Amino acid sequence: MAKALIRMPTEAKRGEVVEVKTLISHPMETGYRRDSMGQPIPRHIINRFVCTYNGQEVFRAEFFPAIAANPFLSFFTVATETGEVVMQWTDDQGTTQTETVRITVT
Amino acid sequence: MSARRSSSLLAITLLVLGMALSVSGQGPERGDAIRAEDKRSGYSFVSPETRAMQDDDLANPGFLWVLEGQEIWRTSAGAAGKSCADCHQEAPASMKGVAARYPAFDARVGRVINLEQRINGCRLQRQQAPALAYESRELLALTAYVALQSRGLPVQATIDGPARASFEAGRAEFLMRQGQFNLSCAQCHEDHWRQQLRGLPISQGHGNAYPAYRLEWQTLGSLQRRLRNCNIAVRAEPYPYGAQEYVNLELFLAWRARGLPVETPGVRR
Amino acid sequence: MGKVSRRRFIMSAAGGLALLRPALRGSAEASPESAAAALKAIRGEAPIREGKVTLDIPPIAENGNSVPLTVSVESPMSTAEHVRSIHVLTEENPLPNVAHFTLGPRAGKAQVSTRIRLAKSQKVIAVAALSDGSFWSGSAEVVITLAACVEE
Repeated sequence: MAKALIRMPTEAKRGEVVEVKTLISHPMETGYRRDSMGQPIPRHIINRFVCTYNGQEVFRAEFFPAIAANPFLSFFTVATETGEVVMQWTDDQGTTQTETVRITVT
Repeated sequence: MSARRSSSLLAITLLVLGMALSVSGQGPERGDAIRAEDKRSGYSFVSPETRAMQDDDLANPGFLWVLEGQEIWRTSAGAAGKSCADCHQEAPASMKGVAARYPAFDARVGRVINLEQRINGCRLQRQQAPALAYESRELLALTAYVALQSRGLPVQATIDGPARASFEAGRAEFLMRQGQFNLSCAQCHEDHWRQQLRGLPISQGHGNAYPAYRLEWQTLGSLQRRLRNCNIAVRAEPYPYGAQEYVNLELFLAWRARGLPVETPGVRR
Repeated sequence: MGKVSRRRFIMSAAGGLALLRPALRGSAEASPESAAAALKAIRGEAPIREGKVTLDIPPIAENGNSVPLTVSVESPMSTAEHVRSIHVLTEENPLPNVAHFTLGPRAGKAQVSTRIRLAKSQKVIAVAALSDGSFWSGSAEVVITLAACVEE
């Protein structure tokens, strides 16, 4: 679907609260715009973002058309254990994009 | 007051007004009257939030195109089956300083060309691949990726020798009144920079951050797209993308912005 | 044409320029009533108290296409006491809902940042649902400046 950038620490101390910053390319077409011929451009947005940490959901976002194009999202999570932080975006057409970051927790 | 006296008064008023309005850029170098110490990038005219967006590579949407450009750089294309990397290896080394000196005279085509045209030159000649269209995702991505390698370096295009004619044509374009509103670039960006136009300050009109992510476009776009917007804004018919008039103007603008750092990918409103 | 277009025309006539902005924004507009309906859907019959929720958003935004927003909620974010969810709404966008965020004790800190679209100058509201069943809200007024040049 898109290019995605993620910034989060790959190493942390147990219990440390870490920031996860994400940026993904998507036009986030609101459904309210019209093209140059006056025809409505259909809505097409990323409507869901889910972050899981070793399989457990730790953060979720539901997006509406008022989220700006190329959505930027920053949130926090507790570094509980070594493992995989998986981020998945889903759009109106059901297309998903998944990115994984490995974190080592000591 | 008689009709004849009032019409002479009107004529004199208009003459004086016309003269006052025509003195744009009558400094030592026409079209470059802003003092060196006052020269400022568009960065300084946007809000602190927009600056913060540019400053953080993770928050800067332009980097989504840079990421794609990095992938295209390594991807084989065309009948020759070559990638950019096959000839140029790693871009941070080979492309350093390149964008900072474009537009530049290209001996092979015998005229001044911009960075987009240089990239397409490689596509056509070396990769035997079709040229990429202006504002296409791929061309924006490659241009942003190449220009990123000059980020922080001072803009320094050559205007001498074979580039001179193009430079002077670009200057003439900059000073020419155009459109229904009959405004030249200089009138806003030389004479009235920093003043408010409908609530927002007018910039000096430098192109050092392009291709840039404009909030208005909600996407990355080229300097030519921005220049076309200006043409339309004064109700002038824009030239087609790739027109030599734009390339000449880009060269003049690069000279006018000399010394300012390349900021690509910039974030602007 | 609504009040926004008329004001623009008067301003442009005064400036000697006649500019018409293409209608990018929808004609269907939210109102405080539909924002209230969206709030009701979030909290049911429970009251919403003002407090604990802070919005960090510029009071004047250069362009309504992308306005940075950070919502923070005071909370220890422990298993016993944490923020379950944060909801962002607007009063005058075509749709009141902007985003719903689901947190929980694994979040560690009840703070989320994103960039939102605002169709015009208006109030942005954030509501936090806490683990004890209570609802708290904060809001901020944002002014959207119009772009000077109409270009495309």
